[in-house]
Amino acid sequence: MSSLTKPRLWEKFFWPLIAAALLLALWYYSVVWTATKVFPSPLSVEKGIVELFHKHVLWADIADSLRRVAIGFGLAVIVGIPLGLSLGWYPSANQVVNPVIQLIRPISPIAWIPVAIIFFGVGDNAAIFLVFLGSIFPILVACISGVSSVPPIFRSAGRNFGLSTPQLLMRVIFPAALPQILIGARLALGIAWLVVVAGEMIAVDSGLGYLVIDSRNSGKRYDLVVAAMLMIGIIGLALDFCFRRLEKIKSVRWGFRDAS
Amino acid sequence: MRFPRWLRPALFIAALLAIWEIAVDLHPGQILPGPVSVAGGIVDLLQHGLLLKYVVASLFRVTWGFILAAVLAIPIGLALGWYRRGELAFNPLVQIFRPVSPLAWIPIAILWFGVGDLAAIFLIFVGCFFPLLLTAMSAVHNIPAVYINAGRNFGLSPSAFVSRVLYPAVIPQLLVGLRITLGVAWLVVVAAEMISVNSGLGFLIVDARNAGNRYDLVLAGMVIIGVIGLLLDIGMRSLEQIKSFRWRSLES
Amino acid sequence: MSQTQVVVSGTKSAPKLRAEHLGVVYDRDGQSMPVLEDIDLDISDGEFICLVGPSGCGKSTLLNAMAGFLSPTSGSVTIDRETVTGPDPRRILVFQERGVFPWLTVEGNIGFGLSKLPRAERERRIAHYVKTVRLEGFENSYPSDLSGGMKQRLQVARALAVNPDILFLDEPFGALDSITRVIMRGELLRIWQAERRTILFVTHDIDEAVQLADRVVVLSSRPARIKEVLTIDIAHPRNISSPRYLELRDELLKQIGLAYEI
Repeated sequence: MSSLTKPRLWEKFFWPLIAAALLLALWYYSVVWTATKVFPSPLSVEKGIVELFHKHVLWADIADSLRRVAIGFGLAVIVGIPLGLSLGWYPSANQVVNPVIQLIRPISPIAWIPVAIIFFGVGDNAAIFLVFLGSIFPILVACISGVSSVPPIFRSAGRNFGLSTPQLLMRVIFPAALPQILIGARLALGIAWLVVVAGEMIAVDSGLGYLVIDSRNSGKRYDLVVAAMLMIGIIGLALDFCFRRLEKIKSVRWGFRDAS
Repeated sequence: MRFPRWLRPALFIAALLAIWEIAVDLHPGQILPGPVSVAGGIVDLLQHGLLLKYVVASLFRVTWGFILAAVLAIPIGLALGWYRRGELAFNPLVQIFRPVSPLAWIPIAILWFGVGDLAAIFLIFVGCFFPLLLTAMSAVHNIPAVYINAGRNFGLSPSAFVSRVLYPAVIPQLLVGLRITLGVAWLVVVAAEMISVNSGLGFLIVDARNAGNRYDLVLAGMVIIGVIGLLLDIGMRSLEQIKSFRWRSLES
Repeated sequence: MSQTQVVVSGTKSAPKLRAEHLGVVYDRDGQSMPVLEDIDLDISDGEFICLVGPSGCGKSTLLNAMAGFLSPTSGSVTIDRETVTGPDPRRILVFQERGVFPWLTVEGNIGFGLSKLPRAERERRIAHYVKTVRLEGFENSYPSDLSGGMKQRLQVARALAVNPDILFLDEPFGALDSITRVIMRGELLRIWQAERRTILFVTHDIDEAVQLADRVVVLSSRPARIKEVLTIDIAHPRNISSPRYLELRDELLKQIGLAYEI
């Protein structure tokens, strides 16, 4: 911002490459200089990634993690949006329910694992339940705040054209709140990704999170640990990126004009 | 007759608790305890002095991890937000690290710090560092250009500019980011304690279940986690209310 | 100080809209603030009425009460002898700005109130009103691609598409630059002459009122009462340098209490 010249296009690739190269060099040399026997160097991590792909383990684990996210997040959207819109529309209902939401929200989904196991046993459904728990709160919050920030003028115009309340909610309030709901959903997706990995480290035996902990436990394969972490980061980034494309759709983009 | 504002939510919570208790009573022999036994569990913990001990342990780790992350991430983030090229360089790296759950760092944390407090603090640090870095960068971007130009117009020296224009301008957004990240820290500490330490509220949950299926203590732990997390959030919100930090919302 | 004028020249005997002893009192923090007091007004079908008055006097409040967005504290509003109790598609309000729905295209906005019509009829009407407000070529554009003037034209098209009896306009050109304002006035008159609806137009711009209205209702400052109702007896198109125009404009300035030398 204070830089005197605007960065040129080539710089958008140049500087990140420099930074990445720096980081890799730092990593490589610290492994060499400390002569550590356990911590992997960038090269062994790269070999680790190839190994995981060849063993077909990686694809299966990625598919498992993504599947749990898809179902848990999807459920959170299906339940959370109508619920959030209703709470936003009826402030008296919100007043009653919100304290419960505020009490439950700070409890990490991971802390729910014992309860989840009681209800769902060890396995997929427990993980999906955790993802659902983690995703639903950002969505609820975004819906409630989205509804209350719909300009009253839209409500008046909707009523003026003779819309009943359900019609008003569907044809005016929901589209008007959609940009904000999308932001909440994107946040929720990021959280879903974090929760699924964490949940897999504790309560299931497949998925990327499980891969991380298993690589360490069965053989101290830290090269595989770091390889798995890298995959987690890249996929999480890809999920976020895809979601951002949604925000570019014209009938939603109007709500993001001020966002940088 | 005007009812106090808290009456209806309180009645709602009471109703939920009643339904829970009834559901549990109707199914004797199943594991999940009702609210009455959970309350008993809380009392139990208090009597044994464990409640205070665990709460302090968890808060201790959160505080250290959070403050370390803030002290590092905020200045670096502000600097990166200011110098475009710096941000261009490091943003992709940050974007790759951010979606990695702090818990995925556990093997590395244990490798570097062994099992114990330091590992947990490291996990919280990781969980807070990247979000705070991004918040600081974004806060700099959102400073209205008019303020920057006014600062330059009045010929401020760089250090005066930072303390008199930059810093006050970013504080409102930083405070919101800090509050949200503190919430994240609280989530991470509980999860981290479930895996890698021997004290704290997260440990309580795991231990209570493993050593005897004391689900009343499990749920008691969850309730306390929720309450403290809420209090932390309320505490940070009151910071945001201080007038000189509030200029943003008052302005628009 | 007259309160109602006898309606002249070839209009129906029963008024289209009648406000009787209309009063609105706001309750703010326990203190009651009267905004409108004892408004009596008769408007005939097809008339173009302007409401003028000092800023903040309650013109918009009066408009909102007549359109049904506000319940009067005393008195009543009747349209076609039916008491107004709420918003209704038969009387559409056009807002000063940000009234169009940003998530719908031009066609989507104009067709907003037409969902009950069969498809062919809906499309026909949308095409007709796109042409009326001269937005051809922009049917699939979003409001974010339109200028301020175009957005206001879109609002008018959306309002007209549902065939309302009365059109309420709340300072619709207030957010536009002065050149666009002049152009828009011409457009509105053209549409009004073609479609002949009853129009109630709030403005704080004296010239605008004299250029557009059949009658101008002058409101006093808060609490607003009708100070005067001026009949503009110049035929359209009005020459804004003609002596009669200037005379009426000066009369209006005087009524509002403004000097005409700066």
